[in-house]
Amino acid sequence: MTENRPDPGIVLTPEQKRRRRARSIAIALALGALVILFYVVTLVKGPGVLNRPM
Amino acid sequence: MSLVSEVQDLRAPAGSHAEPSLATPGDYFALLKPRVMSLVVFTAFVGLVVAPGHIHPVIGFTAILCIAIGAGAAGALNMWYDADIDAVMARTVKRPIPAGRVQPGEALAFGILLAVLSVVTLGLLVNHLAAALLAFTIFFYAVIYTMWLKRWTSQNIVIGGAAGAFPPIIGWVAKTGSLDLEPILLFLIIFFWTPPHFWALALSRAQEYARAGVPMLPVTAGEAATRRQILFYTVLLAPLGLTPWLFGSAGLAYGLTAIAGGVMMLWLAFRVWYPGAGKTSLAAGKRLFGYSIVYLFVLFAALLAEHGARAMFG
Repeated sequence: MTENRPDPGIVLTPEQKRRRRARSIAIALALGALVILFYVVTLVKGPGVLNRPM
Repeated sequence: MSLVSEVQDLRAPAGSHAEPSLATPGDYFALLKPRVMSLVVFTAFVGLVVAPGHIHPVIGFTAILCIAIGAGAAGALNMWYDADIDAVMARTVKRPIPAGRVQPGEALAFGILLAVLSVVTLGLLVNHLAAALLAFTIFFYAVIYTMWLKRWTSQNIVIGGAAGAFPPIIGWVAKTGSLDLEPILLFLIIFFWTPPHFWALALSRAQEYARAGVPMLPVTAGEAATRRQILFYTVLLAPLGLTPWLFGSAGLAYGLTAIAGGVMMLWLAFRVWYPGAGKTSLAAGKRLFGYSIVYLFVLFAALLAEHGARAMFG
């Protein structure tokens, strides 16, 4: 008699997991860098941060 | 009509079920065409530095970063659209999409995301005109050149060269907020540099371009016509290289550099046109291709060095 197991879906290989983790770290670093960039530029521009000349 | 009709369309999903991605961050970085990006960064940096006025180093860095990422986004969109061509050319077959490391949809999403991010960031943190120019440059390269001109006309890289010529203008505008004659001269130098640079390489890859169905000039007009066109554009380029000096925006050191560099470009282009008895134009083309990179780099480096010397010694 066969047991009704739920479909496991896509099971990642260890290599796929390793590469996904590397991509996730890269995305996290890029987002962190973007936050720091906006923060530093806000400090640099000071009160004139909304003054953007054409 | 596209000449690429029998090549497999790698932009379409391969099947109903997408395999989990095996792409590494390095593969995504390769989508940005880092070597092209380095030239973009350098010319944009020169445009920004030689522009009059003052810019805070952090804002200047932000501008160059956005220009670099925008150029990379255009490169990723180019690789997404041209994956079918890349797959049949030896020079490009190892790129992430034809090699199967990055799915076409991933590259498309990556390119669009970076394009939007770079333009919005440049607009918010630097100025709107620079952002508009960056958006136009990405559009010009990804849509006008990649999707239209490249597969349609042998003048593809002549008109498409405008995309590669914009970065010094964007750098200039990022600092000044307005357009002037000087960055337009830099634009024209890169614009007229592009045809001899690319065709010198295309001479030795005509068969590959023909197999891929890309109507590069050596494929559609033949080698002799390409050699004539290389010489023609170099004859226009060499005096154009002098214009920053002639119009007074660069000094004597730049002028002498441009004269020496231009004479060498003319000589190498002449050797492509007339390689001499018993010699092929292919070797001369490779020499011209290599030297053309040095020529452009030295011209812009001379501008930069002169500006630096003026700032230091008055």
